[in-house]
Amino acid sequence: MNTKVTLAGVELKNPVMTASGTFGSGAEYSEFYDLGALGAVVTKGVANTPWPGNPTPRIAETASGMLNAIGLQNPGMDVLIERDLPFLKKFDTKIVVNVCGKTTEDYCQVVERLSAEPVDFLEINVSCPNVKEGGIAFGQNPKALEAITREVKKYAKQPVIMKLSPNVTDISEMARAAECAGADIISLINTITGMKIDIHKRTFALANKTGGMSGPAVKPVAVRMVYQAAHAVKIPVIGMGGICTGEDAMEFILAGATAVSVGTANFRNPYAAKEVAEGIEDYMKKYQVEDIRSLIGAVE
Amino acid sequence: MKTREFATVIHQKEIATGINSLLLYAEKIAKEAVPGQFVSIYCKDGSRILPRPISICESEKKVGLLRLVYRTAGKGTEELSRLSSGDQAELVGPLGNGFPLIDKKAFLIGGGIGIPPMVQLLKELKGEVQIIAGYKDELFLTEELNRRGKLYIATEDGSAGTKGNVLDAIRENDLTAEVIYACGPKPMLKAIQAYAQENNIECYISLEERMACGIGACLSCVCETKETDAHTRVNKKRICKDGPVFLSTEVEL
Repeated sequence: MNTKVTLAGVELKNPVMTASGTFGSGAEYSEFYDLGALGAVVTKGVANTPWPGNPTPRIAETASGMLNAIGLQNPGMDVLIERDLPFLKKFDTKIVVNVCGKTTEDYCQVVERLSAEPVDFLEINVSCPNVKEGGIAFGQNPKALEAITREVKKYAKQPVIMKLSPNVTDISEMARAAECAGADIISLINTITGMKIDIHKRTFALANKTGGMSGPAVKPVAVRMVYQAAHAVKIPVIGMGGICTGEDAMEFILAGATAVSVGTANFRNPYAAKEVAEGIEDYMKKYQVEDIRSLIGAVE
Repeated sequence: MKTREFATVIHQKEIATGINSLLLYAEKIAKEAVPGQFVSIYCKDGSRILPRPISICESEKKVGLLRLVYRTAGKGTEELSRLSSGDQAELVGPLGNGFPLIDKKAFLIGGGIGIPPMVQLLKELKGEVQIIAGYKDELFLTEELNRRGKLYIATEDGSAGTKGNVLDAIRENDLTAEVIYACGPKPMLKAIQAYAQENNIECYISLEERMACGIGACLSCVCETKETDAHTRVNKKRICKDGPVFLSTEVEL
């Protein structure tokens, strides 16, 4: 039985990754299981300098989901390189560094700095809905997305994953823009912009007023968008949005995702990502699937 | 390795209006727990995806018992309040850092649902202790808080003890201490932080904030710190992982 998949020439032992921002840099979850159980670990977004993030409250629970507006708090690329990458190197898994920035130059500076580091992929976050500058400003306009993808590619030594926002009118157009500008892979969906109001306090549940919605409630939207994006481009797609089980992951793979990411489910169950990988194997055994690759995009 | 534990409910009882006491058999967590730590308790209803962080009221290492006293504040805790003898509860813990045990003349200050962690702390401190418990009106856990040292009560409506807050009780009874431990609502902690600074007393406060992962990964539950934090490299610490107990001089409330 083969669970290996290849993304831009890099082989992952299985298609399961972690969604950026839900897994830190892996250290906290490594206290629960060996990260070598995963195809790849995706770090929380890192910028060229430390970012303080948004005021609290930063999260709110919603029906089968949650809203977050962390605001990309991160310790900056130097700490990632000195502390987090050496830590992750100890595990038999691939490393994806998620990169955020306020300007094109910020992104390029991080990408360039990481060029000589033991990083397998760069994921460019052009879809965070919770910061005023950068993030989603690049991810909601195909021209802007194309421009930043081209710039980042000039400096990148590793394959580039462009992480797309679902907060757009036409996801196919965005997927094509990323591909056309040279992206090696696309990943989606980032969170869907939402809002919750505390009717007792008569205020917003989040200090940022709006936040990004994630969790099982967004899964049907994510599957639809992954399907559309996978049909729009030839480059591989990493699917995510509400995956909690191996069965959830199979929906994304059948819709056209080469790999999947487990995000919010890590909060409900610290073993979630590992259990998704096991669940995919269970599915393969149940239906006597020899090679997971035979099911990528199998539902036309 | 950290683990998830499926604990068995021994019994559950409402000890005051909307305040529940849940006794669990949770061998691994009870064995490791120190006063001031908390557990993440997961809901069975799949529509509630985030764990509920609940402070540990008491733990009995030898017999593997864990007691949680919490307020039913929403649908998640309402679900927990329906657990009864023999039911299973999914927990991760103990989480966070507890109170350092300093055997000096101490104040143990609890306000409202911040009172429960003081019960285990009281059991483990060896020095002279003065417990100051602040309530809105209805009392709870007073028997447990009266086991050792002297218990002072403050109620907002004056129905028991000092009319007012915990600091009013301290002033009214002319109390002094060399170390302060406190858990309760933010305005209370802010007042205690100022009191400790004015009187130059070593003071530990337990904070709370909306949490998601509960283990330090998601950065939802941060608090402001005076100095740049070594982990985050900004003036913020993670309440779930670096706290919930902080030295009062290191955080900005």
